[in-house]
Amino acid sequence: MTAASAEQRDEPIVSVRDLQVRFQTSDRRATVKAVDGVNFDVRRGETFGIIGESGSGKTTIGRALVFLLNPSAGAILHDGIDPMALSRREFQNHRRDYQIIFQDPNAALNPRMTILASVLEPLELAGVGSRIERERQAREALERVGLPQEFGERYPHQLSGGQKQRVVIARALTLKPKLIVCDEVVAALDMSIRGDVLNLFADLQRDLGLTYVFITHDLAVVSHISERVAVMYLGQFVELGPTEEVAERPLHPYTIALLSAEPRPLPSSMRQESRIVLQGEVPSPIDPPAGCRFRTRCPHAQPLCTERVPEWRELKPDHWVACHFADRPNYLPNVPERTP
Amino acid sequence: MAAGPPAQRRTEVARDGAQPLLSVRGLGIRFKTTQGIWQATRRIDFDIAPGERVGIVGESGCGKTITGLSILRLLPGNFAGLDGKILFDGTDLASCSARQMRAIRGKRIAMIFQEPMSALDPVFTVGHQIAETLRVHTDVSYEEARAKTLEMLRRVGIASPERRIDDYPHQLSGGMRQRVMIAASLICGPQLLIADEPTTALDVTVQAQILELLRDISETSKTALMLITHDLGVVAETCTRMITMYAGEVIEDATVDEALVRPLHPYTSGLLRSLPHLSPRHGRLPSIPGRVPSIAEMPAGCRFRARCAHAAEGCEAEQKLQDAGGGRKVRCWRFAELNLPGALHPPETPTAAKVATQ
Repeated sequence: MTAASAEQRDEPIVSVRDLQVRFQTSDRRATVKAVDGVNFDVRRGETFGIIGESGSGKTTIGRALVFLLNPSAGAILHDGIDPMALSRREFQNHRRDYQIIFQDPNAALNPRMTILASVLEPLELAGVGSRIERERQAREALERVGLPQEFGERYPHQLSGGQKQRVVIARALTLKPKLIVCDEVVAALDMSIRGDVLNLFADLQRDLGLTYVFITHDLAVVSHISERVAVMYLGQFVELGPTEEVAERPLHPYTIALLSAEPRPLPSSMRQESRIVLQGEVPSPIDPPAGCRFRTRCPHAQPLCTERVPEWRELKPDHWVACHFADRPNYLPNVPERTP
Repeated sequence: MAAGPPAQRRTEVARDGAQPLLSVRGLGIRFKTTQGIWQATRRIDFDIAPGERVGIVGESGCGKTITGLSILRLLPGNFAGLDGKILFDGTDLASCSARQMRAIRGKRIAMIFQEPMSALDPVFTVGHQIAETLRVHTDVSYEEARAKTLEMLRRVGIASPERRIDDYPHQLSGGMRQRVMIAASLICGPQLLIADEPTTALDVTVQAQILELLRDISETSKTALMLITHDLGVVAETCTRMITMYAGEVIEDATVDEALVRPLHPYTSGLLRSLPHLSPRHGRLPSIPGRVPSIAEMPAGCRFRARCAHAAEGCEAEQKLQDAGGGRKVRCWRFAELNLPGALHPPETPTAAKVATQ
């Protein structure tokens, strides 16, 4: 497999084709379409951001990418391979290359295991090398995330939130993955720690050639770390493009509203006066609106938006959008440049 | 611990030209723990003028929430004692009777919290819970209370309140629940609303709605707002003044614009610089090294010293919250000689190129 992937450098590390993930409600009377027809590729070595509000399906995509959830329809290819087609044994080896890190490091670490034991566990399960070799690798991973040696013998409660998140990162690194899905990994951290952890992700990517899928609700974080970003609304992508393009020249009315709603720590002289405040909240994914899903909150909705589902189209090079009116420059208001 | 120096109080009052609505002086809160008495906050001094919107900012554990709770004397069971004064319109809330406190709590000072679902009772309708506040504090009939509740629900932007008034909390969305909490807190027309992370649990588009509502209500009904948050963006959008706390102390007090453009305390400056909003994309985020000292082992002198790039001899001395001119205050003796970057001066990052996209 390694030989194959080396040959296929241009092959995206992950291809998602018409992905759907559905859940039954607890009374089994309705189906929640958490992810409803999403297409994208993740390129080798990039950071791919997915941004959306709660209930948009971004976490479901993240879990599906590492097969913690199986797609209800559509396909997810890793390096051109469909992991669902592998035998159980092959699949278990394969999935080591695709790791996930969650928001809350407290929930991810066993309080009764030492830090070193937690970091060792994946290596033990994978049966890598001898015991001494495994311990060497675990300690190396801890060192790589900037934790001193003596932390190995400590327990999670003796560490701060930022340090615990570093442990979780170290553990994900032990099996030398190609891709890490980062689901709200800095959301639970204090502001002054957040920068440190984001810097660590950047360093690891540079040193180890990692690919990240960065899932977050925080625009500032996603636009800081990602090369490309997808905006998700009610189970679908509404926009996807290079981060600068999406942040500075957004095409979809939802992206424009999201950028405008973001509170910015700027003095009054630099703040835009006309902010777009969306009315209402995200509709239920059990019964999403017909046509364009954003139309119930869109300030520009037209009859056409109810009648037809907007096509997912590449309006500018590498910049995709699902809106009937995104190509009419005078139709949608432009957002002022992101400052500074 | 003694209350704040009287000289400082006089300059405060002179500056505003009017009596502040709330005047906190030398507030310190202590807790009992198995390891002895812990001092959670100390020497907290600040004022809030009638109708003013003030943000209290800081990271978790800095004492901002407990300061808000202490104003309403909503203190946890292991509370061990309180120093200083909390003067609200002439009454010292730190020492008044429980009866006096009950007359103020909910009526003249109201509070809303981060998680509206845990603040609302799941077995009563929202209308009942809003009207309850009114019926406890005023002599109104059931019908009057219901009419006022409807009016209040409409004011906080709930569509078709006639239908929603008899809903239970679980039938409402997160944003609507927070609107209900705001309605309940405002129904008695309080002079001060304390909002503790009111939008942290909400989505960004709903957060924008709630912040707009809080700002609008504060302006139209002249309700002072004390907004407790960790989010500098939320403060910038909502408040006019910003009080920064660190390790149980107020370290800076200035208008939002001044604090963002030219912070005087190295911690405020460090926080602003570490925000991804204000940093070059894909560059390194400048961060504050180290971590907040533990409450059990607070260093003497400046509590930020160990993490401060500007620490010098003299920082071992106890730092006073001193007047920095123009109504600003800062707890750093070097403030005049330091020229610290704020939100408008993104720092140069020589390493940025290295981390940039491959």
